[in-house]
Amino acid sequence: MIARSRPLLTGAVAFLLLVIFWELAKAVLPDAGVSIGGTRILPRTDDGAMPHVWTVLGRLDDPEVAGAASTRPIGLAVASGALFTLGLALGGLVIGGVLGVLLALFMQRFRLAERAVLPYVVASQTVPLIAIAPLVAGWGGKIQILGWAWQPWASVMVISSYLSFFPIAVGMLRGLTSLPRADVELFRTLAADWWTTLLRLRLPASVPHLIPAVRLAAAASVVGAIVAEISTGTRGGIGRLIIEYAQSATGDPSQMYAAILGAAVLGLVAAAAVGLLDLGLRRYRGSTS
Amino acid sequence: MNAARAGAAPVHAVELSGVDKRFDAVHALDGIELTVGEGEFVSLIGPSGCGKSTLLRVVADLEQPTGGTVTVGGKSPHQARLDQDYGIAFQQAGLLEWRNVVENVELPLHVHGMPKPQRRARATELLELVGLAEFAGSRPSQLSGGMQQRVAIARALAPSPKLLLMDEPFGALDEMTRERMQAELLRIALETRAAVLFVTHSIPEAVVLSDRVVVMSPRPGRITEIVAGTRPGRTGATEPGPAELALDDVEDVRESGAFFAAITAVREALRKGHE
Repeated sequence: MIARSRPLLTGAVAFLLLVIFWELAKAVLPDAGVSIGGTRILPRTDDGAMPHVWTVLGRLDDPEVAGAASTRPIGLAVASGALFTLGLALGGLVIGGVLGVLLALFMQRFRLAERAVLPYVVASQTVPLIAIAPLVAGWGGKIQILGWAWQPWASVMVISSYLSFFPIAVGMLRGLTSLPRADVELFRTLAADWWTTLLRLRLPASVPHLIPAVRLAAAASVVGAIVAEISTGTRGGIGRLIIEYAQSATGDPSQMYAAILGAAVLGLVAAAAVGLLDLGLRRYRGSTS
Repeated sequence: MNAARAGAAPVHAVELSGVDKRFDAVHALDGIELTVGEGEFVSLIGPSGCGKSTLLRVVADLEQPTGGTVTVGGKSPHQARLDQDYGIAFQQAGLLEWRNVVENVELPLHVHGMPKPQRRARATELLELVGLAEFAGSRPSQLSGGMQQRVAIARALAPSPKLLLMDEPFGALDEMTRERMQAELLRIALETRAAVLFVTHSIPEAVVLSDRVVVMSPRPGRITEIVAGTRPGRTGATEPGPAELALDDVEDVRESGAFFAAITAVREALRKGHE
């Protein structure tokens, strides 16, 4: 039990250290930041740029729009936005995961495919997300599948998967191909076909490579979902909240920090989901040699 | 040898005739003529680069010869591999870490779709044969090197092969473990009546285990001489000895004059090959 709760404890301590660092910077550094010869090398630390941690936390309980009696508190808005985005990010992760694994299998099976496809897989990641987002949203608007009209959230999921498939494809390919030669030869002497070798050797042996890849992909799909929400103008998620709150950031920075906090917690939840996957596959985690 | 192939001649475990193997510039095997009889234990010995491992890999259908003919139990090596006529063990045990010991032994049967109750029964039987029954549920990493190698041998025996191919299986073990494993292997070979083709670079190991020791020399890889070994339990290749073989028998052999004479013969053959 102690060993299992240790990462949680470390995480809490790290968060506490960050808070202390933040408050210390506010206390020690001058409000206007530090400039040398006109160039600012340390940021402004006044309440407008860096609100106190307790101010941010306190804002969670305030209503979204000051004065309006019926609006929900910021905390609730951020939580429901984060939950909405989490759903899209996990959907994107699943789509990206399936796509990435299939691509890796394809590249492992056909060596020629690896040489033909891999450069495009790499190139795909150098295209800026904000360039693709409107395209996907535009195509999506024209699609109808069995009477189901494309929804804006589906575009967000697709864009999120565009980021998450990459680490999984690369990590999985590495896992599938970096086997001890002796293991591959053993399966050859057993006259195992490609499918059996995949099932009994390559897939289990790829797990140690796959887990860190999925962890990267989970983070990427959260970022992808948030950016996609912003650039497609999808409502209901944390991305939209960040944009809305940012508009009032000059007057009320703590509100935006509350949204950012929500996005960070979202990332942690996604990472925890990968932790569960890791736990489920722990049998395959050890080294193969 | 060619005459024996006609008619109702016995099917040899392995038959190589005029086998050649070139890797680009390297002439790994040159005109290899060798027959391994049923139940016979034959060792391949020679300096590094003499092609002994390549020869084993040709028999296992892991390499294609560039010339000559190879038959394994009367079939092509390819067919023999598909039919699981041989079992193989390498220098590294190569156990799969995500399978426990008994599941590792089951692997060849699992790959070939044997139902679980049968393959579990067979694997349990084999673990008893190699003396590891109580470690069935252990992870490979929890076993010592010698124990891992015994698991690998049990795995090689799982499909009841007529032929065992072994590439320096005890090379990574300490001397004491090695001698115990040799006795163990002799007992297993007698019980299963499998022929063994065994690659090693230890002269005493080759002599004590084998009916015949094949001495090879490098560049190009050739057979320079075949020396009679002192395998206990069977005299020569004629008498299919009793299935009981005490460790003492092996110890006796190790101290016998014939053993030392054979070691000297092999050593001289090796030296001759180097000149």
